[in-house]
Amino acid sequence: MYNEIIIAGFGGQGVLLAGTLVAQAAIEQDLHTTWFPSYGAEMRGGTANSTVVVSTDEIGSPLAFNPNALIALNEPSLNKFMPRMTEKSVIIANSSIIAQGTEYKIKPYFVPVTEIADKEIKNVKTANLVAVGALIKALEINCPADNKSDICELEKRVLTLKSALTACEKAFSSKPELVEINKKAIQAGYDYIK
Amino acid sequence: MQKILSKPESLKDSVMSYCPGCGHGIIHRLVAECIDELNLREKTIAVAPVGCAVFAYDYFNFDVTEAPHGRPPAVATGIKRTNPDKFVFTYQGDGDIAAIGMAETIHAANRGENITTIFVNNANYGMTGGQMAPTTLIGQKTETSPFGRDPKRDGYPIHLCELLSSLEGTAYLERVSIYNPQNIIKAKKAIKKAFQCQIDGKGFSLVEIISNCPVDWGMTPLESIKWTEETFLKEFSLGVIKDKTNV
Amino acid sequence: MKILMKGNIALCEGAVAAGIDAYFGYPITPQNEVPAYFSKKMVELNKVFVQAESEIAAANMVLGAAATGKRTMTSTSSPGMSLKQEAISYMAALQLPALIVNVQRGGPGLGNISGSQADYFQAVKGGGHGDYRLIVLAPNSAQEMYEFAYDSFDLAEKYRIPVLILTDGMIGQMMEPVELNKTPKKDFIEKDWALTACKGREPRSIKSLLMRDGVLEKHNINLQEKYKLISQNEVQYETYNTDNAEIIVIAYGISSRIAKSAVKLARQEGIKAGLLRPKTLWPFPSEIIKSLAKDGTKLLVAELSHGQMVEDVRLAVNGKVPVEFIGKAGGGVLSEQDLLNKIKNLK
Repeated sequence: MYNEIIIAGFGGQGVLLAGTLVAQAAIEQDLHTTWFPSYGAEMRGGTANSTVVVSTDEIGSPLAFNPNALIALNEPSLNKFMPRMTEKSVIIANSSIIAQGTEYKIKPYFVPVTEIADKEIKNVKTANLVAVGALIKALEINCPADNKSDICELEKRVLTLKSALTACEKAFSSKPELVEINKKAIQAGYDYIK
Repeated sequence: MQKILSKPESLKDSVMSYCPGCGHGIIHRLVAECIDELNLREKTIAVAPVGCAVFAYDYFNFDVTEAPHGRPPAVATGIKRTNPDKFVFTYQGDGDIAAIGMAETIHAANRGENITTIFVNNANYGMTGGQMAPTTLIGQKTETSPFGRDPKRDGYPIHLCELLSSLEGTAYLERVSIYNPQNIIKAKKAIKKAFQCQIDGKGFSLVEIISNCPVDWGMTPLESIKWTEETFLKEFSLGVIKDKTNV
Repeated sequence: MKILMKGNIALCEGAVAAGIDAYFGYPITPQNEVPAYFSKKMVELNKVFVQAESEIAAANMVLGAAATGKRTMTSTSSPGMSLKQEAISYMAALQLPALIVNVQRGGPGLGNISGSQADYFQAVKGGGHGDYRLIVLAPNSAQEMYEFAYDSFDLAEKYRIPVLILTDGMIGQMMEPVELNKTPKKDFIEKDWALTACKGREPRSIKSLLMRDGVLEKHNINLQEKYKLISQNEVQYETYNTDNAEIIVIAYGISSRIAKSAVKLARQEGIKAGLLRPKTLWPFPSEIIKSLAKDGTKLLVAELSHGQMVEDVRLAVNGKVPVEFIGKAGGGVLSEQDLLNKIKNLK
């Protein structure tokens, strides 16, 4: 199993943290994982992103040449990474700030993550985890029990609702007051996709 | 027979390589006497410069390290921060401290490093053969200012003590000279006070010593003393520039 | 227990476990996590952290602390490494143990902040003036950043030599699971050369200005004898599938990970490929490379530069077998596919 996941958006939208959550969930399952951020000047301007690789084998490059999942929290990110997507890729796009009219090579799941975070969770900073929840559900829909593809292996072993909630507890262990609200955000994203 | 004067314990029994009439020998002795009198020899780690005093470790009878040109304040910072119980001083010339090492000097002073700097200002680069220094006087002829220092081309002599005095981290700054016995006594008092400043943990202390360089100035030792008194000191007036040791 | 951690932070953890006394540094991307980490940690440990006014000053503060026998380090990235060379040459001459870290970025000049491997020449051939060497370690994971930093101080003190960890922005910025499994070091043996002030002993001096006839010549010979000893004892490398390999990729650091993946892909396609990964870039694993260069074998060097380590590989095999090169410089990394295609072309 070898999976590459990109989480991208504006700096401040929590794309780095969301990536570490996925990597943390992979460690819990004793899998190999790398997390790689965009950094420095790249982050001062337009988009920031983090790339997570999860594999049963040692990982070579921490970059994503063939990503099979993308969370795009803004339009520049969606446009930037769309060319690398294949038919097997699962994409979550933040429809709160991305217009849905455009034709994309691969059709994303449009989820208004900023709105959900703002209105339902009452904390706009949790939009990143709303998107993670949505990705989990989208993968679940795309992965019937008999599908043994890499991304579906990832869905079964790492990106379950349960493991994301556990990873969330770990990630916010130093700020316990944030654990519940972020768990709620993951759940809200998960519930949005039917 | 009673011995009334002897070599300080802090000086080795070695022959110095300084030119005839040069002030470094006197300054080394003053430093060594102060170290002895303050009972610091066995606590001292000194930093030698690049310049005429590069061989200081062969003359001082305590631990001394070399430093790259201009870097003694940084090297001393590394020593003192990791060994706050030791006595740490740098011995530097005008090119070392105020040209190539100006950044290190200003920032060590600004951090208030609890070290002492002995700064020997002789208005030229002695070791390399008498080139223009940051402290060379306007109109002074050197190897690299053969028509005299021209401020339009070369800028102005740097007054390091005055420059450093605006920094909060400096505790004691004094300019002295050694051109006659009276001033040698004053110079020793200043060095001792600067050392005491470090012992008391007050912060950065520096003594600028106006010294002579007869060989590179192209003068006899006597002429060099006269020039120091009549010309050099007109540009660099002596005295305490800053004293926060009682604060 | 494995902890998700950036390579740069793992490096810091290794240095702390090794008993570091003082860190001196200056901010530069992509190594900023290192000074930030020590600015907090050293206060907690009641040890020394100074943000220096320049790379030059930071390196000279290391020189000062090292001269007193303390465990000390600095870190930087490529442009800063150029500035540190003066102090490094002095430390090599003064035989001072210390750790220097270069988290390489794209060059020359200001370049960019992407990971790069273009400072190899500077690292292994002596980046400053004079005839000297550093022990150069090349970690390829966050785990090795931790382990190499931990080991580097012992190695530096054993030979009284500065150790350079040559890594890059990718390894430094990447998070991976790290096991902090080393026992913290303490109770170090007193060094009989260090400047500790002369209480109860003769004064010591640490110097490299050796003007008397023949003294500098002797000093250089002594240094070379030390370097020879290090070359005999301290070469480290890893081999993967080299036994029956017809094509052997040679790569270090981040490139070696990609090379290993490409070798695995090549094996899946029936190509007998293998990997040699130098863990020490100096001393360089010339002997093993020489022994792998059997008739019919091809060597392929992969670097994030336009060909630097490849020169040392060519020297090692001395024309016996072809040595091919694939490289990329100025940002990003070679992809596994790039490397696989190159391997296929060599077949």
